[in-house]
Amino acid sequence: MDRTASALAVEWKKGSAELLILSLVETRPRHGYEISKLIEQRSGGAVRFHVASLYPLLYRLERRGWLHGRWVEKSGQRRRRYYRLTPQGRRILASQLRGWRQFVHGINRITRRTTETENA
Amino acid sequence: MPEWKPEILRRLVPLKLAPAREAEIAEEVAQHLEDRYQELLSSGQTENDSFRTALEELQGEDLLARGIKPVVRNLYSEPIVPGKDGGNFLSSIGQDIRYAFRMLAKSPAFAAIAILTLALGIGANTALFSVVNGVLLNPLPYPHPSQLVALYGKAPGYDQAPVSYPNFLDWQRDTHSFSSIALYHNEDYNFTGTGEAERVSGYMISADFFETLGVKPILGRTFRADDDQVGAAPVAILGGGFWGRRFGSSPDIIGKSINLNGTSYTIVGVIPSSFSFYGHDRDVYTPIGQWNDPSFRDRGIVFSSGMVGRLKAGMTLSQAKADMEGITRNLASAYPEADKGMSAALVSMKEDIVGNVQPFLLVLLVAVGFLLLIACANVANLLLARSMGRSREFAIRAALGASHRRVIRQLLTESILLAGLGGALGLLFAFWGTKAVLGTLPDALPRASEVSLDFRVLLFTLSVSLFAGILFGLAPALKTSRVNLQEILKEGGRGSSGARHRLQGIFVAVEVAMALVLLVGAGLMIRSLAALWRVNPGFNPSHAITFSLSLPASPTTSSAETRARLRAFDDKMLSIPGVEAVSVTLGSRPMQHSSSEAFWIEGRPKPANLNEMNQAMFYLAESGFERAMGITLKRGRFISPQDDEHSPVVIVIDDVFARTYFPHENPIGKRIHLATFNVQAEIVGVAGHVKQWGLGADEKSAIEAQFYYPFMQLPDHIMRLAATGVAVVLRTKGDPAAVTGPVRKAVEEIDPREVIYNVQTMDEVVSNSFAARRFSMILLSVFAALALVLACVGIYGVISYLVGQRTHEIGVRVALGAQRGDILQLVLGHGAKMAFAGVVIGAAAALGLTRLMASQLFGVTAHDPLTFAGVAALLMLVAIAACYIPARRAMRVDPMVALRYE
Repeated sequence: MDRTASALAVEWKKGSAELLILSLVETRPRHGYEISKLIEQRSGGAVRFHVASLYPLLYRLERRGWLHGRWVEKSGQRRRRYYRLTPQGRRILASQLRGWRQFVHGINRITRRTTETENA
Repeated sequence: MPEWKPEILRRLVPLKLAPAREAEIAEEVAQHLEDRYQELLSSGQTENDSFRTALEELQGEDLLARGIKPVVRNLYSEPIVPGKDGGNFLSSIGQDIRYAFRMLAKSPAFAAIAILTLALGIGANTALFSVVNGVLLNPLPYPHPSQLVALYGKAPGYDQAPVSYPNFLDWQRDTHSFSSIALYHNEDYNFTGTGEAERVSGYMISADFFETLGVKPILGRTFRADDDQVGAAPVAILGGGFWGRRFGSSPDIIGKSINLNGTSYTIVGVIPSSFSFYGHDRDVYTPIGQWNDPSFRDRGIVFSSGMVGRLKAGMTLSQAKADMEGITRNLASAYPEADKGMSAALVSMKEDIVGNVQPFLLVLLVAVGFLLLIACANVANLLLARSMGRSREFAIRAALGASHRRVIRQLLTESILLAGLGGALGLLFAFWGTKAVLGTLPDALPRASEVSLDFRVLLFTLSVSLFAGILFGLAPALKTSRVNLQEILKEGGRGSSGARHRLQGIFVAVEVAMALVLLVGAGLMIRSLAALWRVNPGFNPSHAITFSLSLPASPTTSSAETRARLRAFDDKMLSIPGVEAVSVTLGSRPMQHSSSEAFWIEGRPKPANLNEMNQAMFYLAESGFERAMGITLKRGRFISPQDDEHSPVVIVIDDVFARTYFPHENPIGKRIHLATFNVQAEIVGVAGHVKQWGLGADEKSAIEAQFYYPFMQLPDHIMRLAATGVAVVLRTKGDPAAVTGPVRKAVEEIDPREVIYNVQTMDEVVSNSFAARRFSMILLSVFAALALVLACVGIYGVISYLVGQRTHEIGVRVALGAQRGDILQLVLGHGAKMAFAGVVIGAAAALGLTRLMASQLFGVTAHDPLTFAGVAALLMLVAIAACYIPARRAMRVDPMVALRYE
């Protein structure tokens, strides 16, 4: 990844961090470390959250009532805090996704036309 | 494994999080770092490298705290572990309060009953305190009110008599203890000229009246010494209310003229509308020194008037008394004819206004205090009963490390919270209650208009609530906190609770005792009132009304004109259907106003001066007076229409007069000489005695001999006083209220300038004469009824609780062959025992306490055995009835059900 792409990732991360986290817990509850690993893996290492930024974000989402955290103790493991999407969080996620898709669609249409014109 | 938590906790310190939340975050983040560490290790890194890389996740010293700060502050609170010390004092108080709210919310029925009970107790106390505060505690609304003193003359037969004008002037001149003394005389005027004619209230005052009270005019000036003299130009000061009502508060009123009784007065000042004197404000004030009636300046003739003085700074009332004693002694030797035997009576103005209600209010305050104690005992009992159910909770808390002190504090917080909520509701009750009580009986209390829920009342309510909360909370809290841990946990809640039962029993007995005291108090008042109603007032108040009639007059109106006018008035009244009898009179009417006259009996030695003469009360009457007032004639005849200005003067005396002055002879035909009327009169009849001073008044202290004098035979110098207005008594066939309309109309037909006012039925007059007693009786009865209800609820609660607790025992008894009757006896016996103990204690307390109200009783002693026995029987009966419902429940206990859980 070149330097421009990395700088862009930082900017986009700020705007899309909430969306990323909400969509990761959409299907099932996950704990903080799992969330950070998934973000790192699925972005191919482009996006990473450190502890110092991940947990404040989780707490903020919880405070807004979009996530609900619960301590779960699985046999043979130490207890971990699992976050699941609340009904309100589900509505927010849907609307953020819609907005994101429209944004991406808009960007795509612009960039495609530019490419097409240049090609012509 | 590396220790992550110290690293994390160090970074969280600046946030000052609640300990539990801090631990939670540290645990979660540590878990994250550990996961990362393990991952790095398994990817082949060394322990040191893994540790360092994992720690880099925290990104420096302060990023974590900065990120978390806006999110977590004020969000999480410590989970409550009641009774466990932790955090600072304030946060734990907050914790206690939150927990207390939660506990109350968990048992809403208990909370509702407790709060309502306390609201009744605190509300009644607040209402009464607001009355006491407004009437007794608040200073009079004048500057340096403690310097104000009411002055009276003291003569044989009169403890507090008005003083003649010449004597007033001498007192005023000679005093060394008063900075000023002022005289006032009630005088109403016909106000004419500007718009509709109106009867306005007024005072004739000496020049320094307002200076004495420390009241400044809002416009113009008050009177000067040169206004206050015969022959000075007529001037008047307006009351602020009248100024606003009739003159639209016009600022250029000064210098304008108004017409009072046909004379033009120049307005020189306006007094603030907030001014009130003995509970009243007046429409107009005029200088009394301009009054040129010769009898007014006669030292021997006393007009009804009042005096108020302001003590010099540093002067005490007893110094002033000594000073006045010297002055009156000098006057008595200088004017023996008028002043012999005369002295001064001084009383602080506040006491003069509220003195006779003070004992009533103090008794009521004691009564209402008892009511609060009963309410507290009731709530304490509820708490005790409830604490039984909570003993496991406290045991567990103690096991978790809660200290004894901390548990007590928690329980006290709960009870103070209850009391606070009860107090808030009580304040609402008090607001309505005070309004309702003062609204129904406004005449009973002086300064009633000054009663309000002010800061002091709020402070009182707050302290009473706090006191109540601690009072009813402490005993149960102490009892509860001293639980035997193991026993309770072992027994699963059904612990040994003998001590608690005893405490409940004591509470109930105390409640019953206090209820008995209140019931006895109320009972004695009710019996007094009943005795008062049975007293024959000497006249028949039903279907009788009385009112004042103002007449248009000028200084030149002659006695003949006045007589003619009044005769026309009588005829007009008698022509109204439903009017049976009518008589005009002047001033004196039964229980309303009194006038007295010095006299001597012809053929007996003439006393040397007025003060050595005998005094008798008199009513001026026409022939209709006997029927209109319902006077009973005992001997001879009453005044007839023929007793007019042309015939010899006659009088009718009452039987007290006859007994006192003609003990062994027939008074009819005897002649007496009336001193200030300056006439000889022949006694023609003897009538029954009228209770002039009220039904329950002590008759030995006042003038009791009475006589009736024919109105039309008044000497000219007194008839002049009738020219501007008279009083009227009237008997109706049916409802007196139905006649007032036609009477008003008829008066207007005679002359539109004639006005009737102060219409009262004689029934109202009689009942007003013991309004304060009635006020006291009604309140005491209400308090006693509330006390009875609360005590009943208390007994019922305790007995049904005990029955619930002893279901098992009762089941065993029934299983062993006890009959239902035995069970009933067992339960009722228990209740009766508590009630009986209460009755005995209460009777003993009542014997001591009812002495406080001895002065308010009439026709019944403070230790009236009938009242005591009746109230005790009532209370026992009600207590046993309250036990009956739980007793029936106990009788129905099925041994199978009760023992199933064994």
